[in-house]
Amino acid sequence: MTVAELVFYLLAILAVVAALGVVTTPNVVHSALALILTLVCVAGFYVLLSSEFLALVQVLIYAGAVATIILFGLMLTRGRELPSVPAGAQWPLALLAAGTLVVVLLTAVLDSEWPRDTGVVTLVGVNTLGGALFRDWLLPFEVASLVLLVALIGAIVISRQEEEGEA
Amino acid sequence: METAAEQIPLESFLFVAAVIFSLGVYGVLSRRNAVQILMSVELMLNAVAVNFVAFATYTDPELFRGLVFAVFVIIVAAAEVGLALGIILRVFRNRATANVDEVSELKW
Repeated sequence: MTVAELVFYLLAILAVVAALGVVTTPNVVHSALALILTLVCVAGFYVLLSSEFLALVQVLIYAGAVATIILFGLMLTRGRELPSVPAGAQWPLALLAAGTLVVVLLTAVLDSEWPRDTGVVTLVGVNTLGGALFRDWLLPFEVASLVLLVALIGAIVISRQEEEGEA
Repeated sequence: METAAEQIPLESFLFVAAVIFSLGVYGVLSRRNAVQILMSVELMLNAVAVNFVAFATYTDPELFRGLVFAVFVIIVAAAEVGLALGIILRVFRNRATANVDEVSELKW
């Protein structure tokens, strides 16, 4: 077993266990922390897949910003008694649906012919990715910045405290 | 010197991503706290992004379209989290609950 394989299996086990933690722990803060662990493991997958830039972005945006926002959201919605919302009565059905889905997906993965390793796995550097983003994918890139702007304005408008006499 | 991706088969990544995606589906269906549902959605988005990057690395190394797509997935996820938490905060302020079952006015 090579080092890369060992790292992959460790990351995979950690990611799945942490993801299980996200969806099963009753405590919301614990599941947020487990989510951070999963996101870091996914960043590790990106490193193994030779895309360092995405790994950096994953750690910065996901494990950094998104996780912080979620923790903030938890803090602000805690208020008096924290709604330690019960798991809900439909968990057996959810388990059935998710179980069926995982069986179907894994069967599909195992049964299909995937292209074998071509041996030309190249490292996509930041320069190459940036060039592609600004040359071939310029329009989607600009649309994405517009999406971010709209989301920003929308979030401010929705969550803003209303002033006296207004609304 | 082989890169790490040449030593690990593509199926391994698809396998892990499928398991994480299904866990996300389970979370969305079983949890009742809005923030936890949001976190489960993040799990599903991440699993899909891993798939995109894996396919880009193994089958499309010249154009790496999947990698670009993963960048956009992350952008949209960031926008989605900000907006969703704004909505959750607003609902919590008006109704003092984060339980999605108690906010069912739009349910048919």
